[in-house]
Amino acid sequence: MAVQASALVGAPVNDAPGLLGLSGFGFNRAQSITFLVMLLLVVAGPFFLYPVLLMKLLCFALFACAFNLLIGYVGLLSFGHAMFFGTGGYLAAHAAKVWGLTPELAILVGTAFGAALGAVAGWIAIRRQGIYFAMITLALAQMVYFFYLQAPFTGGEDGIQRVPRGALFGLIDLRADMALYWVVAVIFLAGFLFISRVVHSPFGQVLKAIRENEPRAISLGYRVDDYKLLAFTLSAALAALAGSAKAIVFGIATLTDVYWTMSGEVVLMTLLGGLGTVFGPVAGAAVIVLMQNQLAELGAWVTVIQGIIFVVCVLLFRAGIMGELGRLLKVRL
Amino acid sequence: MLEDLLFQLQIGLPQVALGLVNGAFYALLSLGLAVIFGMLNVINFAHGAQFMMGAFVAWMMLSWLGIGYWPALILAPLIVGAFGVLLEKTMISRLYKLDHLYGLLLTFGLALIIEGVFRNQFGSSGMPYAPPAALGGPPVDLGFMFMPVYRLWVVVAALVMSLVTWLVIEKTRLGAYLRAATENAALVQAFGVNVPRMITLTYGAGVALAAFAGVLAAPIYSVNPQMGSNLIIVVFAVVVIGGMGSILGSVLTGFGLGLVEGLTKVFYPEASSTVIFVIMAIVLLARPAGLFGRA
Repeated sequence: MAVQASALVGAPVNDAPGLLGLSGFGFNRAQSITFLVMLLLVVAGPFFLYPVLLMKLLCFALFACAFNLLIGYVGLLSFGHAMFFGTGGYLAAHAAKVWGLTPELAILVGTAFGAALGAVAGWIAIRRQGIYFAMITLALAQMVYFFYLQAPFTGGEDGIQRVPRGALFGLIDLRADMALYWVVAVIFLAGFLFISRVVHSPFGQVLKAIRENEPRAISLGYRVDDYKLLAFTLSAALAALAGSAKAIVFGIATLTDVYWTMSGEVVLMTLLGGLGTVFGPVAGAAVIVLMQNQLAELGAWVTVIQGIIFVVCVLLFRAGIMGELGRLLKVRL
Repeated sequence: MLEDLLFQLQIGLPQVALGLVNGAFYALLSLGLAVIFGMLNVINFAHGAQFMMGAFVAWMMLSWLGIGYWPALILAPLIVGAFGVLLEKTMISRLYKLDHLYGLLLTFGLALIIEGVFRNQFGSSGMPYAPPAALGGPPVDLGFMFMPVYRLWVVVAALVMSLVTWLVIEKTRLGAYLRAATENAALVQAFGVNVPRMITLTYGAGVALAAFAGVLAAPIYSVNPQMGSNLIIVVFAVVVIGGMGSILGSVLTGFGLGLVEGLTKVFYPEASSTVIFVIMAIVLLARPAGLFGRA
């Protein structure tokens, strides 16, 4: 979304270099401070809030960051990211329950299948841009949904239930919430820093060039499709990583995680937090997950509220939480 | 072998006929999407929700006001179309200068709101809507198969409505303005045509088409809040396959894919819910612009 990007760089910003070696991840000073605050919240969080809720939040935050890698840095709006999130969940749950793998291997299996699906879906979807890309990813995700609905190993409407959390490396028992929390926190932080590193790398710079002006990137000799496909696959793998972790946390993988509403939810989180901002997806995921937790008893009204947030964000709040905050403080977040 | 296939086909003809009916809805909905996209450059994600609204308005008219099917077939599209005009005036029109993706996100949000409100009001279970007496008769013999009168009517009505839309856009003065404004809105406005109003009315007309399809669908599918959302994803695939370049292309692709889906239900039922998406993938690999699209 070129409009989004230019809106962000329009104001003069304070781009002082990052602290404590965090500039290696492309963080400026404000982003370094924000990262340290986030780190503090992740570490202190479970002492104040229910760890399972926080783990859910971290899984969705990573999911939203993976989605943001595409929309924020390549300008591709995927409306089908639930297919990777759900694939990760199903495969990790299957690996942990049926194959009896340890949780870290189960999560790796889920991530690997998500990456493979991402490579195939990306290969098909990158043939078109803009709204067509959105419609194609949505349709492909619906196809994957029907596959999981009918495939025997997913348990159809029941899903895969009672997935054991197991023991990390076969050694550390993860049945205690606090033990699992640190594993999920490490997965989230590793994924987050990985995305920041990718975006800051020469590869990431080419992605941004494609977002800003694709014909020009082509004329400069870049194989645009290869870059897009790699970015799509990375994004899919990270979404699957988030889905795998979520399946292990809750011990269940269901159709909800592959349905189109889930694809919409991750779009909403990222839009609310700020498309193309580093911390926006995390902030957006936090707001949406906590809101769903508070409003769970309202039933279908949650859908209405989410719809209203969509409309308000698009009409009045396009820069999102982090975009607006950054504009207020004259920094990039 | 061939005889086996033919026998299977004969047994499965009702499924094929149902495929044709589904095709009628694909055609009407993709037509509306294409009309809206051509003028507004917005993919109307709320199209499925507006289809559902059409069915619900017809149902409400019948059960609350005693207004029957035939008046509802005219009134419901007008009411839902007016609602569409309101949406365009108050919200969608603010987005024309932005990236097209914002239009998609906005209408997605609107779809969530509409669906959520209807689900709160009416629950998730479907409501029956009886077909009008004139169309409720015994199945007609078409020579090679029997088809319920109402389903036959849906196919004919969709064809007629598509033809009318094509005539309006290709053969009337209003259609000429529309086509000109699609090419170059600023120039048409300079000639004294009120382009913003035309855009608003185009959106209203596209929404009315969706609602018209919804009223047609009410007696076939049970009237429920989710009836549009799954359908619209298939219609997106139909639009990707056909391309949004031509009206006849949309209609042909819609009916064709409905038929293919029906045939799949006969020969390989497991794939019937995915076959359109598979075709979409193949078309994208072979001809990314779509069958009738311009690159």
